Amino acid sequence: MTWRCGIAVFPGTWSERDCAHWVELAGGEPVMLWHAERQLKGADLVILPGGFAHGDYLRTGAIARFAPLMDAVRDHALAGGPVLGICNGFQILCEAQLLPGALLRNSCLQFRCQSTHLRVEATRGPFLAGLEAGRILEMPISHGEGRYYAPPEQLLELEAHGQVALRYCGPAGELGDEYNPNGSLQHIAGVMNREGNVLGMMPHPERACEPLLGSEDGLHLLRAALALVGAS
Amino acid sequence: MTLKPVVNDPQGLAVTQGLHALGYPEVLGTRVGKHIQLTLTARDRQGAESRVEEMCRRLLCNGVIEDFHFQVAEVGA
Repeated sequence: MTWRCGIAVFPGTWSERDCAHWVELAGGEPVMLWHAERQLKGADLVILPGGFAHGDYLRTGAIARFAPLMDAVRDHALAGGPVLGICNGFQILCEAQLLPGALLRNSCLQFRCQSTHLRVEATRGPFLAGLEAGRILEMPISHGEGRYYAPPEQLLELEAHGQVALRYCGPAGELGDEYNPNGSLQHIAGVMNREGNVLGMMPHPERACEPLLGSEDGLHLLRAALALVGAS
Repeated sequence: MTLKPVVNDPQGLAVTQGLHALGYPEVLGTRVGKHIQLTLTARDRQGAESRVEEMCRRLLCNGVIEDFHFQVAEVGA
């Protein structure tokens, strides 16, 4: 059986085809979900890809969160279904309050498009369950507003509940400002909800899915999730 | 809409540096915010204020990172 991966498409989404290719490589069946749809067309998991939904007007993700499709995504997430937000998708999940915190303008004030190393911090939830803690993944980022922020008390809570999923790091997993491309607090590159079924990350796993792209590490996340969906 | 005081504002820092470079060393800090102008109908000022406050909370402002202030003024029909 092939698992259906719904890929949300908002006006201004730009990474849905890359995501579809990634899903196919991982052995899933991609299904595009236009933002005006009210249901997920039988998707087992949902991906919110990168881009500039609704032109990033007002704030990144601020308008997209009101899309009819987002009601269905919210129901799916609250029922424990896997949801992955990548880049703009992460920003949308934060605005929709399915994930804590917010993404702000990079501290360098530049759009950053580069390869990054990520350290796996949490190994629960559908996307990271197949990985060991401390593993280093290589994936590119491509964003101007990826500086993760949460109020101090919420940051403590995130750390205490193991919700920090990924951190920017050096090639050997070392943490430092020189490896943090956007000024994210605690070098955070990805966070999950308390339950672990909703993951948001600024780096692009779908752009690290075959040797030609320089890394296949992005496949791990999706293969883990598909294996889990298949087992349940 | 302004970033909360605890939120780092690199844009503001860049503007401060620019003003220093132009010969305004007296500038101690800059915070960059957003200005939104709404035109709406309302029975009275109180009604307008409560609706605008709700709009700020629900969409215009992200309470995680931003604070908001607003003023209501009457314009001709």
